[in-house]
Amino acid sequence: MQGLNYTFARSAEEAVAQFAGAGGSARYIAGGTNLYDLMKLGIERPAHLIDVSRIDGMDAIETDGEVLRFGGRALMADVAYAPVVRDEYPLLSQSLLKAASQQLRNMATVGGNLLQRTRCMYFRNGAGSSSMVGVYPCNKREPHSGCSAIGGVDRTQAVLGTSQACTAVAPGDWPVALMAMDATIETLGPQGARALPIAEFYRLPGDTPHSEFNLNPGELVTAITVRKTPAGRRSTYHKVRDRESYAFALASAAVAVEMEGATVRAARIALGGVATTPWRSSAAEAVVTGSTLTRELAIQAGRAAFADARSGKQNAFKIELGARVVADALIIAAERRA
Amino acid sequence: MADEGSTKTQTAGVTRRVVLATGAGAAAASILPLDESAQAQMPSAHVETGRKVHLSALINGQRVSLELDSRASLLDLLRERLGYTGTKKGCDHGQCGACTVHLDDRPVSACLTMAAKIDGRQVTTIEGLSTGQDLHPMQQAFIDNDALQCGYCTPGQIMSAVACVTQGRATDPDAIREFMSGNICRCGAYVGILAAVEQAAKVMEG
Repeated sequence: MQGLNYTFARSAEEAVAQFAGAGGSARYIAGGTNLYDLMKLGIERPAHLIDVSRIDGMDAIETDGEVLRFGGRALMADVAYAPVVRDEYPLLSQSLLKAASQQLRNMATVGGNLLQRTRCMYFRNGAGSSSMVGVYPCNKREPHSGCSAIGGVDRTQAVLGTSQACTAVAPGDWPVALMAMDATIETLGPQGARALPIAEFYRLPGDTPHSEFNLNPGELVTAITVRKTPAGRRSTYHKVRDRESYAFALASAAVAVEMEGATVRAARIALGGVATTPWRSSAAEAVVTGSTLTRELAIQAGRAAFADARSGKQNAFKIELGARVVADALIIAAERRA
Repeated sequence: MADEGSTKTQTAGVTRRVVLATGAGAAAASILPLDESAQAQMPSAHVETGRKVHLSALINGQRVSLELDSRASLLDLLRERLGYTGTKKGCDHGQCGACTVHLDDRPVSACLTMAAKIDGRQVTTIEGLSTGQDLHPMQQAFIDNDALQCGYCTPGQIMSAVACVTQGRATDPDAIREFMSGNICRCGAYVGILAAVEQAAKVMEG
């Protein structure tokens, strides 16, 4: 790890100004649970860290009844346990509580979590930080160096949104739930403030898997907003892992439904653990919308979500598992009281 | 490297790491801070001098003011500079929970907390959990319930367990297991740990 400057910013504007002054090799740090980890692994090499975790007001969790708003540095734990989130948006609260450990949720922020990088083991462990593991090519870590996961050990790799250059899974849970709720990301950067839909926030790997987010240099996530919908309470974040707690998803689904009797009026379905970005499935939504929800229909919706899936040597199980996770999530969400 | 923090360590008497180091034939008579002869023995081919940050924090009730490398973790500050070796380094990547300490009364992984972040804040380690000779009810409960074998994960387990009770999450066995899932015990003492949390919760909640 190279030597670095460490400064605190008192406002988002000051953070952006410090970034401009640092000349390109700076990174914002909030909880640091991902960034500092990647620095130890030799993957992130900032020369200047700008700490945004003390910015006044940027930890607010507020609602005017129509829009929920989370400051970018609000802690995962605080958002997960906020009464309005727990009561009105179970999928948002669950996506946070099923992520990481209680220690990490006391450190990591809801803004930083959007930018969490993949757990692909070739990406994480192949940078040469451990002499026992050695060096593995990775297009995400070193552009155009190749992909070790394709044709390699690929049990946890993605089956949706993959490319010839990368099959790494987007690791987050919270971004999947936000994707289902059409959240908006607010940023401040050298060019000023803007807001973009979460659907436009993540990039498919394509030929440039190292470029994961539609953020400009120096752009800071200042807030996340979620508009109130009739499908907030009838929602769930269903997550299947190798162990019951404290593990990344093998397959997960964020589902919110609006019901009229047994008929689905509207459905929001997003997938985690199976795709290269948080993955909205309009195909699955179309299967259930306007129909009576049955176990058979729910499974059909799950299969529709994976119609375009491509598996490698060891991860084909995710296609069947993922379809069943979607089906289970639909049933759980529909049974919730509106 | 003399600073307020290291003074505390030197008054702590003979520590296990001094014994281990001496047993291994190391030249250093006192380990913290490292003297020059000890430093000379360390592999130093790629030692970089980082930039310094100044921080002042309350650690186990004691005011600590010092300068340190901006890259340092809270875990290394506690163990290597201040001698609070009760906090253990397991994975150093936030995956095992052995380094759990309280930062402003909330559990965090000290290995993934950059030391610079604790400026102006309060840290409690296992050493600061009780005062005098009395054990904290959670420490006593771990003894009573055989909640450990090798003991390496125990300080982290106890720091999480205390928060589990004080945050009101020790409501039933599943809730305790879920809350404690960030602390891995490779000896598999989970049954005893659960029993300890349940016992201590009764005492702590009076």
